[in-house]
Amino acid sequence: MEFLRPASWEEALAVKAEHPDAVPLAGGTDVMVELNFGHRRPERLLDLGRIAELEEWEGDGPAVRLGASVPYTRIMEGLRPDLPGLALAAHTVASPQIRNRGGVGGNLGTASPAGDAHPALLASGAEVEAVSTRGTRLIPIDDFYLGPKRNALAPDELIRAVRVRRAGGPQQFAKVGTRNAMVIAVCAFGLALHPESRTLRTGIGSAAPTPVRAREAEEFLGGVLEEERCWDTGRPPPPSAARRFAELCSAACSPIDDVRGTAAYRRRAVGVLARRTLGWAWQEYRGSARVTEGVA
Amino acid sequence: MMRVRLTVNGRLREADDVWEGESLLYVLRERLGLPGSKNACEQGECGSCTVRLDGVPVCACLVAAGQAEGREVVTVEGLAPEGELSTVQKAFIDAGAVQCGFCTPGLLVAADELLDREPKPADADIREALSGNLCRCTGYEKIMDAVRLAAARRSAEPEGDRA
Repeated sequence: MEFLRPASWEEALAVKAEHPDAVPLAGGTDVMVELNFGHRRPERLLDLGRIAELEEWEGDGPAVRLGASVPYTRIMEGLRPDLPGLALAAHTVASPQIRNRGGVGGNLGTASPAGDAHPALLASGAEVEAVSTRGTRLIPIDDFYLGPKRNALAPDELIRAVRVRRAGGPQQFAKVGTRNAMVIAVCAFGLALHPESRTLRTGIGSAAPTPVRAREAEEFLGGVLEEERCWDTGRPPPPSAARRFAELCSAACSPIDDVRGTAAYRRRAVGVLARRTLGWAWQEYRGSARVTEGVA
Repeated sequence: MMRVRLTVNGRLREADDVWEGESLLYVLRERLGLPGSKNACEQGECGSCTVRLDGVPVCACLVAAGQAEGREVVTVEGLAPEGELSTVQKAFIDAGAVQCGFCTPGLLVAADELLDREPKPADADIREALSGNLCRCTGYEKIMDAVRLAAARRSAEPEGDRA
């Protein structure tokens, strides 16, 4: 095995172009497990730990450009106002030790349907910045997940950053597991309200071969919020609409039975999380200054 | 095979013939003679290999040896000078927080880092800071007592007189 230690991003791209089989290594929370258990014996490891810009975020515009290796601890401590959904999800990742090492780039690279960042990225709207010596591609998050542990990266590409739309409204994240810490999600749900476009987006984790959005549920509830003038008045959607939203979120799942839970449980639990997160998010929206009830 | 140089507990150390896929934990235990960090799950679940990497608590089993090159590592052996015990270590003994002892080194490193960061932690802070460290003797209540005791003793000590 070769341990490649590029000192710069440009060097890392050159190495990846020359050795597309090289396995990128950042926080190590996935790759090292596979090495420790002998599940994987790559010819080459590509350590990204020396590339400082991967651990930074930037952006005053409509999106935050989040370096691929910014540890979850720093996301939850520093990005709560800008990326509340992702910050909430980051706080549910494993344990402090893991959050100190792991980052969103690794979650995307591994592309496990259970990765905690995915529902938040789907709900807030993100683009993956995939870079090779050939150039930079911005892959919409909706096109990124191709199958269980398969993503849209080309063999010579590395993830430089993820560009996540700055929150324009409340965002929520909820996850089901047997305890608070050290849990791989049985299922997870992310919800983001986008009052600026009078839309909402969802993200479901661990309940389909890939992380998915519940598009029908989004369209249904978006229609109700518009019809009932909920965005203007701050009034919550009628309970029947919240129930239907939950049902449509359940219907968006195609889960399996596994050691962590059954398909039926996951489908049901996603609906419960959808209804709950909608309640929390709407309560926060209602409390925000945007609402013009009594004025109009 | 490669050579790895790193600072461990304040001393510059060197390990030779390190396999490229090897973990920092293996280097510490098997090559540098520091068996305090325990090897249990090898997947970041149990926290018994917790060390500080440039000050930050991490699972040594998930850090590739090559990633530790040039960096500073503190293990449980580095919490107090040879032959002495730190405040947190003493508190674990006094509170009866040590049963089989296998999880203890990781808990000590995690608790020590918490108290550096948050000298007067609430119970919720302690629980969160230790949430990545499993004790299968189920002695968590005594462990909570120990961290509370260490916090009280550390805040009573004069600054700079702290092991």
